[in-house]
Amino acid sequence: MLHAFMIKPGLLLANAGYQSNWVEVLSQPFMRNAFIAGSLVAIASGMLGYFVVVREGEFAAHALGHIGFPGATGAVLLGLSPTLGLAVFCVGGALVIGALGKRASERATATGTVLAFATGLGILFASLATESSTTVTNVLFGNLLAVSTGQIKVFALFTIALALVLAAIARPLMFASVNPDVAEAKGVAVKALGIVFLVLMGLVVTMAVQVVGTLLLFALVVTPPATALKLTARPIRVVLLGTAIGLAAVILGLITATILNLPPSFFIVSYSFLTWLIVLGATREQHRSDH
Amino acid sequence: MAGRSTEGAHVCAKNYAVSNEPGETITDPVISLRSASVARGGRTIWSDGTFDIPRGQIVAVIGPNGSGKTTMLQVLLGLIPPSVGTVTVFGQTPERGNPRIGYVPQHYSEAVGQAVRCKDLVSLSVTGTRWGMRRSASDADEVEAALQAVGAADYADSRMSVLSGGQQQRVAIAQALVGSPELLLLDEPLANLDLRNQREIVDLLAELQRSRAITILVVVHDMNPLLAHLGGSVYLLDGHAHYGSVGEVVDSDLLSHLYGTQIKVVRTAQGDLYTRSN
Repeated sequence: MLHAFMIKPGLLLANAGYQSNWVEVLSQPFMRNAFIAGSLVAIASGMLGYFVVVREGEFAAHALGHIGFPGATGAVLLGLSPTLGLAVFCVGGALVIGALGKRASERATATGTVLAFATGLGILFASLATESSTTVTNVLFGNLLAVSTGQIKVFALFTIALALVLAAIARPLMFASVNPDVAEAKGVAVKALGIVFLVLMGLVVTMAVQVVGTLLLFALVVTPPATALKLTARPIRVVLLGTAIGLAAVILGLITATILNLPPSFFIVSYSFLTWLIVLGATREQHRSDH
Repeated sequence: MAGRSTEGAHVCAKNYAVSNEPGETITDPVISLRSASVARGGRTIWSDGTFDIPRGQIVAVIGPNGSGKTTMLQVLLGLIPPSVGTVTVFGQTPERGNPRIGYVPQHYSEAVGQAVRCKDLVSLSVTGTRWGMRRSASDADEVEAALQAVGAADYADSRMSVLSGGQQQRVAIAQALVGSPELLLLDEPLANLDLRNQREIVDLLAELQRSRAITILVVVHDMNPLLAHLGGSVYLLDGHAHYGSVGEVVDSDLLSHLYGTQIKVVRTAQGDLYTRSN
């Protein structure tokens, strides 16, 4: 069965390999949920990711995933929903990063040290809670196959809300992101927009963690829009192309994982990585011929 | 100050504050300071600024490192209020978002999003203060006109990252020109530019000043590239803010005292003026 890889490493190899009934598996309800949830995360990431990349906020996105880890395991320890713990820690972490300001959050050593501590706390909470190993694996690497119909409704509502909020604040947010000094002088609320943006990022990260996990979310939140930005500089095209790359990685990743009976996270991340690698190579070549 | 010559000591004794006598008060100045001081984190940056800057000229803002040149621009933009006294721009207390002021911050090219196209960047000055996604036909015209005015129309579709320092500075000025401001504030626009590009930017500023009859304040650490077009200078001397016309400011004793090193004012046979540090 497909769930097998989540349990014991020893079983993984035994179960890996061509799964002849993959067409049948793909039509299962949990698979439909996985496709919908993964697609919603790809769409949300594509919209938000453009701003993450132009703001150079990639490290903050990475950091929020790690900060979410003790939130999820801590919630399990208290008998609460890990998603709730994840959301509280991601949004709380976003507010702290926002309060520290851009300069402080760029201090790589301080941020890295805090991240290591957060991950350590996550492990502590997990070991204190019983039946923790599945939660830990799910939070670290994601478990798209365990997404419930209820979660999908929340994902869908959030993705729509995100689209509406971003459409409303896109221009001032862009101004504050690429040109903060001028925006400030023009009367744009640069700091408030930065905090709103980080909170949205915290919520997208909460969603993405459930698909690819805290360790791999970079591949879904940052890599597709960054790849798109290498191919086009037009904002709308970057959002559309970034979303398309993310969607393709999720859908192809799920299908490949089902055929080979291996974790979807691995294939989603791999497709995202391969697209980035190919575009990097192609644009390097182009730059060379330009000069 | 052990290294100072006796001549330097003599210089210090002189009073360089160019006061505005009641009789010579300028009518309708663009910028007006009365006993203005500014403080940051409890520390006074400069004080006793009392001067009027007449409209329609290029004005340098000079002073040694850390004397508060950038702070002067921030006060005029309404980003920092004066701690004491009054500051008015166009007869009003400075307020953020004044469409009559265009601004190019320091380190513009390092701070700006490099992946963004020039025209998207310039258009942020048009649409970046509006909520929502609506756009009017005149927005694009305004962006194009601003890029054309600085000679940057050819690279409107290029990303900032592929442009030279001089080209990036032109885009920065184009962005500041959106909305046809009557006052431009530029913070170190000549830093990190080679001599040719410095000259081109100065020529551009002179041309903009003439054709639009605007006032341009330029923070510089070297006045020389601007001297041919300069109307006057704001100078931050010994913690005090002053303004003087070019005749008053381009003075060997004053500049030597200002920068703490011997500076000579030289006039060439052709009538060109320049200053030289020994």
